[in-house]
Amino acid sequence: MIYVISVIFFALIVGLMVTFVVQFRRRKGYQAEDSPPHNTRLEVIWTVIPTLLCVLIFYLGFKSFLNMSTPPANAYEISVTGQKWQWFFGYPNGHTASELHVPVDRPVKLVMTSEDVIHSLWIPAFRVKKDVVPGRYSKIWFQAIEPGDYPLLCTEYCGTGHSDMLSRVIVHEPGGFETWLRDADGLLDTLPPAEAGEKLYLTKGCTQCHSVDGTAGIGPTFQDMFAGSFATRDGATIVVDEDYVRESMLDPAASVIAGFEPVMPTYAGKLKDKEITMLIAYFKSISRHAPQEPASSDADSDHSDQPDLPDNPDNLDHPEDPDHSEEK
Amino acid sequence: MSGDTATNNAATVPTDGQTTGGTDYLNCSYGIKSWLLTLDHKRIGVMYLVAILTSFFLGGIFALLVRTELLTPGQTIVDADTYNRMFTLHGAIMIFLFIIPGIPAALGNFILPLQLGAKDVALPRLNLASFHLYLGGAIFLLAAIWLGGVDTGWTFYTPYSTTTNGSVVLVTLGVFILGFSSIFTGLNFIVTIHRMRPAGMGWFGMPLFLWALYATAIIQVLATPVLGITVLLLIAERMLGIGIFDPALGGDPVLFQHFFWFYSHPAVYIMILPAMGVISELISVHSRKRIFGYRMIAFSSIAIAILSFLVWGHHLFVSGQSNLANMVFSALTFSVSIPSAIKVFNWIATLYKGEIRLNAPMLYALAFILLFGIGGLTGLFLGSLATDVHLHDTYFIVAHFHYTMMGSVVIAFLGGLHHWWPKMFGRMYSERWSVIAAALVFVGFNVTFFTQFVMGSKGMPRRYYNYPSEFTIYHVISSIGSYLLAIGFIITAIYLIHSLVKGRKAPANPWGGASLEWQTASPPIHDNFAEEPVLTDPYDFSVNEFDERTGDYLLRPEVKG
Repeated sequence: MIYVISVIFFALIVGLMVTFVVQFRRRKGYQAEDSPPHNTRLEVIWTVIPTLLCVLIFYLGFKSFLNMSTPPANAYEISVTGQKWQWFFGYPNGHTASELHVPVDRPVKLVMTSEDVIHSLWIPAFRVKKDVVPGRYSKIWFQAIEPGDYPLLCTEYCGTGHSDMLSRVIVHEPGGFETWLRDADGLLDTLPPAEAGEKLYLTKGCTQCHSVDGTAGIGPTFQDMFAGSFATRDGATIVVDEDYVRESMLDPAASVIAGFEPVMPTYAGKLKDKEITMLIAYFKSISRHAPQEPASSDADSDHSDQPDLPDNPDNLDHPEDPDHSEEK
Repeated sequence: MSGDTATNNAATVPTDGQTTGGTDYLNCSYGIKSWLLTLDHKRIGVMYLVAILTSFFLGGIFALLVRTELLTPGQTIVDADTYNRMFTLHGAIMIFLFIIPGIPAALGNFILPLQLGAKDVALPRLNLASFHLYLGGAIFLLAAIWLGGVDTGWTFYTPYSTTTNGSVVLVTLGVFILGFSSIFTGLNFIVTIHRMRPAGMGWFGMPLFLWALYATAIIQVLATPVLGITVLLLIAERMLGIGIFDPALGGDPVLFQHFFWFYSHPAVYIMILPAMGVISELISVHSRKRIFGYRMIAFSSIAIAILSFLVWGHHLFVSGQSNLANMVFSALTFSVSIPSAIKVFNWIATLYKGEIRLNAPMLYALAFILLFGIGGLTGLFLGSLATDVHLHDTYFIVAHFHYTMMGSVVIAFLGGLHHWWPKMFGRMYSERWSVIAAALVFVGFNVTFFTQFVMGSKGMPRRYYNYPSEFTIYHVISSIGSYLLAIGFIITAIYLIHSLVKGRKAPANPWGGASLEWQTASPPIHDNFAEEPVLTDPYDFSVNEFDERTGDYLLRPEVKG
């Protein structure tokens, strides 16, 4: 619509300009002719028509903007936290993830805030964008119409990792979202700790700054880090042990390895104790300094026993109730 | 003390005996002091010209580094932090050191008193002070680069700018000082236009360039203080921890954006209005045709100046401001497009039945209409709320404002520079090379920035160091365009400098202009006019005729009276 109007006007301007330049260019035997210095009718026409068109464009733009900014009452609510340089999405059941999972064909409302500077959440495919501002909540909504995998970006400049503050929107097939959400939280308990730790590493936003292949990013690589010894920024030497890892997640600025800036946000409240333990297990598994358990199958088997114990609330409730009732 | 003043005056204002001998303003006195302490508006204009061209060169280097870095996703030549500093410095230098003072302080300073047939601006000392403040501000900016640069973007959004490392305070202090330089220039122009018009020149007898400078000056005087206060608040928060913008201290980060754009949106009209004024002159003189709709063009300059204060909120459509504010700002934004459109239609109507000379100034003027057309029309997508949500903070915006800032203002500046170059320095440049360079700049510009419209609408955010590989092709094309542009500018620099040494001597009126600056020698004498100029209609080109022998346009004897 605006595009068509713009193309027409552009063609008109360029067309007239080129015609006049060719027709009235300076050449031998040709002299400028007189023409009126102004023409009220012409000037009124070219003021009024663009004005009307502008009113029309304004009206259409405002109308759809109102629709875009008014979420339906039944929208599914997901909370969003932006911080340098990652996104966290919190679901109603308490699960948090660094990717946005949504059901198809259902309005979704994002309630967003920032922990540090201003970010801006943009999902190009859904044409939605809004600044994520510290100290207040901003809201957007959308309804995905096709299952798939779409990019999600930060578009308000926020420093070193701004262009890596990316995530994905995963739009689930009908029913798929509920299954994903139910499994997501319990999933980790069914895995060996190191594997669960790897999953956490991939989904909790660590990858933005920390590699596992030895290359330094905004933060140090996790490869060969555990049990290694490092100089810190204030000149001390530390050995990376369980307590250091835990401290670095919950109070990142306390002791930073030399060569890196103290820019990591705290994970306090974003990682459960059990998850930190899993991450530590993962760091051990990718460090040549840490003693590797040759019988890693033992560790596996230790755990493979446990899943038999019902962790899932569904399994907990049902088998027990009938038992009790029978005893009575 | 009085002795000091006397020697200063001797150095800067030659006595009568010296000037009447045909000595021009460039060589009427010598020595660095005779330049740095001069009160002559022409010398101040030339010093401004040298300073802003140096800034343009520096900002251009940063632009080329940015474009080179973006040739590939991830690291090409520098790391992310260095990239962030480079685009910040590119923006800050181009905006504050080049484009805001560009046309008013360099071309305007030189031309405005001449077009009024006056000896100087009304307040010559304030004029010199403005230049000195400019140098002071520039030193702060350069010091900040030297001390490691600044990575906030030229917009200094809080709370990023109050928490990041780097020389934010130095840069913002520089901006504060440059603001006063700009206010002084504006104030001076307002007074000069009010007080120094010659007897017989009414408001509607002025060249349109002066209308444009007047409208610009109003914005400079009214809007710039807000910028000054804003950066002082920013400095107070950063250094003293006073909570104004940072929510952690009880402040409001979006408040900064309102303050900042309350100046910086009118500021884009500080840039574009004088450019429009230049174009009105170029189109008319080089088609030897009376400007069409003089009053409409003059009024539209004033309308733009007024409306420019009422649209800053369109930079905040996705910041979380209320829907009511969004609606009002969107509607007001569209209202600015009307006077701009009127100007474009008037310029095209001026061409009708003219006698169009396709030399460098005219080619730049025609390029301006094209590029400003694209810049203006793409603005409609951004003024409309629903479409802005998608396009905000993408390369579409980057392309849009480069079309209006660079494609329009810089092109008009180049056009004006080529138009008035013979008057300023008394030399003609190579006609052939100037046309080649103009063509190269036009092509290079479009290759660079049209590509960015496409990638922006496809989802490429601005200020990204790293990007998905599907955008690589667009970035490569855009970077190649920027190299073409650079070559065009280098050619321009070479033939302009060459003309100073080897160029043919310029006649007083090489283009047949009818405004008063063409009635004095090129370059003008220190006092501007050896004899009182004959007041004529600035757009009546029948007052002069071409003289084959001298290559000059001479006033017809009957006009001289």
